Amino acid sequence: MRSSTRLTILAMPVLLAGVWCVGIGAQGQGRGAASPQTAQATAAFDITGYWTAVITQDWRLRMVMPPRGDYMGFPMTAEAKKVADAWDPAKDEAAGEQCKGYGAAGLMRLPTRLHVTWQDGNTLRMDADFGTQTRVFHFGEWKSPGGPPTWQGDSVATWAPRRPLAAPSSPKARGLKVVTTNMRPSYLRRNGVPYSAQATLTEYFDVFSEPDADMMIVTTIVEDPVYLYNPLIVASHFKKEPNGAKWDPTPCSAKW
Amino acid sequence: MGPHALLGEVVTAIRAGDETMKTTIRVMLTAVLLLATAASARAQVDISGTWAQRPYTDSLGYNPGNGPTPVDFTGMPLNESGLARALALSYDTQIASDDRRCVPYTVAYMLQGPQGVRIWTENDPRTGEVVSWNFGFGGVLSPLKVWMDGRPHPSKYAPHTSTGFTTGKWENDILTTYTTHLVAGSIRRNGAPHSDEATMTLQLVRHGDLLIVSGRFDDPIYLDGPYHLARVYQQTGGAPPPAFAAPCSGGSEGVPEGTVRHHLPGENPFANELTKRYNLPMKAVLGGRESMYPEYRKTLKDTYVPPDKCNTPNLRAGIVACGGPGTYAPLPRERP
Repeated sequence: MRSSTRLTILAMPVLLAGVWCVGIGAQGQGRGAASPQTAQATAAFDITGYWTAVITQDWRLRMVMPPRGDYMGFPMTAEAKKVADAWDPAKDEAAGEQCKGYGAAGLMRLPTRLHVTWQDGNTLRMDADFGTQTRVFHFGEWKSPGGPPTWQGDSVATWAPRRPLAAPSSPKARGLKVVTTNMRPSYLRRNGVPYSAQATLTEYFDVFSEPDADMMIVTTIVEDPVYLYNPLIVASHFKKEPNGAKWDPTPCSAKW
Repeated sequence: MGPHALLGEVVTAIRAGDETMKTTIRVMLTAVLLLATAASARAQVDISGTWAQRPYTDSLGYNPGNGPTPVDFTGMPLNESGLARALALSYDTQIASDDRRCVPYTVAYMLQGPQGVRIWTENDPRTGEVVSWNFGFGGVLSPLKVWMDGRPHPSKYAPHTSTGFTTGKWENDILTTYTTHLVAGSIRRNGAPHSDEATMTLQLVRHGDLLIVSGRFDDPIYLDGPYHLARVYQQTGGAPPPAFAAPCSGGSEGVPEGTVRHHLPGENPFANELTKRYNLPMKAVLGGRESMYPEYRKTLKDTYVPPDKCNTPNLRAGIVACGGPGTYAPLPRERP
């Protein structure tokens, strides 16, 4: 065999391996359309388990009930201030609305633990022990059944590229994106800073490893044409725990 | 056939002037180069450009015009030494001293200040590969340079600087950076300290026009455990960040050169400020690792009573210290 022919034969596996690698990258981009695999099967990372909030920023506004009129951190409208100034926790409790400070748009800023599980292959469930709230994230072609708005709203989830808009990425290089609507008017902060029924909540959940534990950073974007003049964008840390030993369900409270 | 034998055949064929062989080798090399370039490009996300901070995550640290209360170490895992140093520091007078005003502004300040960030790469002129990502923050003496070419961190005896030495790597489209060799500085805008043995780890994640930065400080001298901070930036389409300030600016208050203003143990006049204003127990004001987690509320339940209303005084004219409409500049409704 001529040496050039032999070299070509030897080189073919290298080229084929390269083409295969490129193909794998491209495969990830179109996976949703080509394959009926579930969201759980195509998960970019394992978000399940117990997580605890790590509160190192805005501590006195998050860890304890802040005072009336403390609105630092919100691009709120004059209308929002009027509503917040009228906040009356006793009235909320009397009306059975003690969970008003635990709605989806404010929940990730609270001193809570999270328990995340797959309810089925396309439904992710997130329980919070602070206020015993449950959020449900629906992947795929899920459509809201309608009905009245709720504290936790209707959430649609996707695995979203960690890139500029519309840029392709590989399947593992994605965050969890959740868009929530149909939320019952509630509070961004437990001292009465409101969001309206027109608010839209967009969240990104990203998990990364650190030497002592996995960490999750949750980016929360609240857009509300009624009560916010800028989108409210905040990021919150959660740390993974080995088990549920510290899970401590507590009911909603409008005062503590 | 082993790699050495294959290489031998290639060399022999080239020397013999085998045209078929030369063509085969050219095709192979081109293919390998293209594949390597494609893989490299795919392994990095473009985060270059100009980004403005969205300051709502750390509203008390940002607190337009004011910064945090002098003694507010809530949620910080300071150990006994860290707390002693934090309480001894007279931060405001130090940054108003001509010879000490730059002391707090190591690259750690990028996770504390109100500024935006400009990000760019430096590339190898021959291969185009990214050699470093560079982060320019107002208030910091020089940019954070993140080496991406695999070079090791220097010896522990190498000089420490305000920018330190940083390496980085991409994994699953998250850029992780690791900084060592810092001089001592601060990790909260009221002077809570980090030592020259502190390290800073960042995770940078891009989602559309948002850049999320998760930071972690470890410090065997002043911290009991990792201290996490977050910042969120939004791409502004090229205009300089509105808060791009001059490096470590400050106004001289006539403090004599060589004088280090400080508070003696037990004499910090601001120590009770949060307790007086917000009824927070002193133990909570001084932080500690356990104060970062939800169960800490149980230690406060019987002692904390929320004040009737926000009573933070306005420290400067025009600043609404309790927040409210107009605290932050309005942005265009449509995001880019």
